[in-house]
Amino acid sequence: MALTREQLAQRVAKELRDGYYVNLGIGIPTLVANYVPEGMDVMLQSENGLLGMGEFPTEETVDPDLINAGKQTVTAATGASYFSSADSFVMIRGGHVDLTVLGAFEVDQNGNIASWMIPGKLVKGMGGAMDLVASAQNIVVTMTHANKKGESKLLKECTLPLTGAGCIKKVVSDLAYLEIHDGKFHLVERAPGVSVEEIIAKTEGELVVPDHVPEMTF
Amino acid sequence: MGGFNKVVSNYDEALEGLTDNMTVMVGGFGLCGIPEGLIGKMKTMGIHGLTCISNNAGVDGFGLGLLLEDKQIKKMIASYVGENALFEKQLLSGELEVELTPQGTLAEKMRAGGAGIPAFFTPTGYGTPIAEGKETREYNGKMYVLEESLTADFALVKAWKADTMGNLIFRKTAMNFNPMAATAGKITVVEVEEIVEPGELDPNHIHTPGIYVNRVIKGTFEKRIEQLTLTK
Repeated sequence: MALTREQLAQRVAKELRDGYYVNLGIGIPTLVANYVPEGMDVMLQSENGLLGMGEFPTEETVDPDLINAGKQTVTAATGASYFSSADSFVMIRGGHVDLTVLGAFEVDQNGNIASWMIPGKLVKGMGGAMDLVASAQNIVVTMTHANKKGESKLLKECTLPLTGAGCIKKVVSDLAYLEIHDGKFHLVERAPGVSVEEIIAKTEGELVVPDHVPEMTF
Repeated sequence: MGGFNKVVSNYDEALEGLTDNMTVMVGGFGLCGIPEGLIGKMKTMGIHGLTCISNNAGVDGFGLGLLLEDKQIKKMIASYVGENALFEKQLLSGELEVELTPQGTLAEKMRAGGAGIPAFFTPTGYGTPIAEGKETREYNGKMYVLEESLTADFALVKAWKADTMGNLIFRKTAMNFNPMAATAGKITVVEVEEIVEPGELDPNHIHTPGIYVNRVIKGTFEKRIEQLTLTK
């Protein structure tokens, strides 16, 4: 079975390490915060200018001056700090964030990512996505493996305008965990109950399949 | 101390000299940390042909969205403009020009503008449509894009507290783009929640020194929330 949104987040959460500073994008990446393993401390960075994002507030603690990059009201965790958007992107562009998780429309075998613009549809903007992928060393992309018509989103070459070039090395799709290097996708894990054949069929890009592909654990 | 007293008593004085076709940089992220009264004043002044530099364009009926109602903005330089139906309409009809800029590049363009640096190389956007037509250069095996900095005729800033000399303290994530905007305006106008006497703000805690600030006005703020999200 393909992973649910929650399972995707759970699998990504396995990439967390104690003491990591982490930036989570909007959508499924945000859910990763719900699966931080017990006993592990991570600090969430929000690119508008907050390091140490806490839970959503209550009616009593809600503060219009305290929001996240999705413009949702949030709280500050113990040890949090506030700073300008320029400083925020010093952290991001300067490679100081340990793990970046974001969604995508398409990823290709050369590590290119397209996530912000569909020609012919209204373009709302890239926000911080291009900066987030520009220098970070440890990026995980979460996405569905194929679109609703069953067409692969893991391609030989992205068809949509890029967000970043040659920057993606890890993809957690609803079918598999894959790594990208040497111009190829490498199948590392499959979602429980998903066959290697299905993953091959739904991956347009060049895919290296080892003899044994273990099922994901959560 | 009179020479350093930046306080103005009304919005006419605050925005004196702001005329048609000027470039205006406005602090804020979404509706958080925006100079509400100064934006409202721009609307009633009826100035047109503005180029606005701001991370977002407000929402319908609030923030910079107010200036769209009478088509006062000619060009918008922003990173994300998705929250606004009127914006969409004017963009599609060609009445409004938009220059989408990555958020970190926008912040750095403002910072560099205020710092007297005309352009800088950034890795952001290399290989994407944003880099088209721009100079690129390789440093240590990685490619970078030359981005030009931004300054403005007026910078409109929202801070939490100011002293009468224009030293500023921001509050929580309402800081966002405001400190950079403060440095990048030929005339920087700051709208604050509270004005105190010199010496009342601890110099250790000043975010933006008064040297960047020309005018300070005490505003009243609605602080509208864009996405109210509560713990269940």
